[in-house]
Amino acid sequence: MKTDDLINMLANGPDVSAPKIPTRRFVLFISLGVLTSIGIMMTTLGLRPNMIELAMLPAFWIKMAFVIALAGTGWIAVARLSSPGVRTTMLPALIAAPVVLIWLAAVAALMNAAPDERATLFWGDTWHYCSSLIAILSLPIFVAILKVMRNLAPTRLRHAGAAAGFAAGAAASLVYSFHCPEIDAPFIGFWYLIGILVPTGIGALIGPRVLRW
Amino acid sequence: MQRIPNREQSNGNARNELIELRLHALFLRGLTGDEAAYRDFLQATATHLRAFLRRRLSRWPDEVEDLLQESLLAIHNQRMTYDTSAPLTAWLYAIAKYKLIDWLRRHARREMQNDTLDDKNELFSTTDADANEAQRDLGKLLALLPEQQRAAIMHTKIDGWSVRETAVALKISEALVKVAVHRGLKALAEKLRDKS
Repeated sequence: MKTDDLINMLANGPDVSAPKIPTRRFVLFISLGVLTSIGIMMTTLGLRPNMIELAMLPAFWIKMAFVIALAGTGWIAVARLSSPGVRTTMLPALIAAPVVLIWLAAVAALMNAAPDERATLFWGDTWHYCSSLIAILSLPIFVAILKVMRNLAPTRLRHAGAAAGFAAGAAASLVYSFHCPEIDAPFIGFWYLIGILVPTGIGALIGPRVLRW
Repeated sequence: MQRIPNREQSNGNARNELIELRLHALFLRGLTGDEAAYRDFLQATATHLRAFLRRRLSRWPDEVEDLLQESLLAIHNQRMTYDTSAPLTAWLYAIAKYKLIDWLRRHARREMQNDTLDDKNELFSTTDADANEAQRDLGKLLALLPEQQRAAIMHTKIDGWSVRETAVALKISEALVKVAVHRGLKALAEKLRDKS
């Protein structure tokens, strides 16, 4: 077939007026992923019984602001990297901002603490499984985001895969927050971040293969 | 990659601005179903992309037209990912570049494998390339699609039938005809990519 014939074919028929992005279907996919993640958290880990007590503490809200900001920036990164030719120069700064802020909060918390309390602020009681639980909870959301991205047109597949993993990890850390007993910035700024970076790294590895189109 | 200016950054370049304006206008009219505008858009885009690919593929001149067709099909299939407020030329360039890099990556890998082969195998690999080229004829690839998708594309996009006529002939609903066309073109793009 000659290129002119192809052009004639493309410019004829019922699909000349372009279809809209099936936003509703995409929202459904992502919601299913998030709900699965919440379901796993509720059934295997359980909701924190003293959530309300935790919510009285400023540190709790700093933590929530941090994970919500990461989920938001992750979402922006996914959206931007799913369309060809969209500017992404501001993404690194956008993603770094919440991380820098939580690290500043961590430094302040460590400096204000008595020297023998500092180790507890960093290690908490749950450091040995916190990151892996976030990574596990991110899986259903990760799959949903990749599925949606496959229907769009990412052109930088390694970045796009990493963004999918990052957004999924950040969303999972929000889900995990409803179980996790830790609220101190030094703990959150390290162990939560590790949990998010695991799916991010996996995304960067598998992106070129699973997102090809 | 640096020598081709990214259209996004070409503020002040009057010619590029003009191309952007023209393509953008044609493209938007195409989105609303204007076939003539959409054809003009594809034709103008094709000439730009051909020049771009010819420069990039100077070692593989035979591949230019194939990759051009693959890019045009990709542009058509992914049109909904274009944000109408952003520069269209940046979107087009990103897709063409993506398709080019995707091809180069696969081809470079194959070349590296060929390097280890002896003369006899090279003889076979040349016939391979010929077969590939013949197979990449879109018309022939079209025949490989599932019957319903193939028929829906042929009738509505080549024979000039209406959706209703096609629906009656295929004994499916009009909505399904449109779905079959859309899915068929996506499958066609995949076949084209896998054969190249």
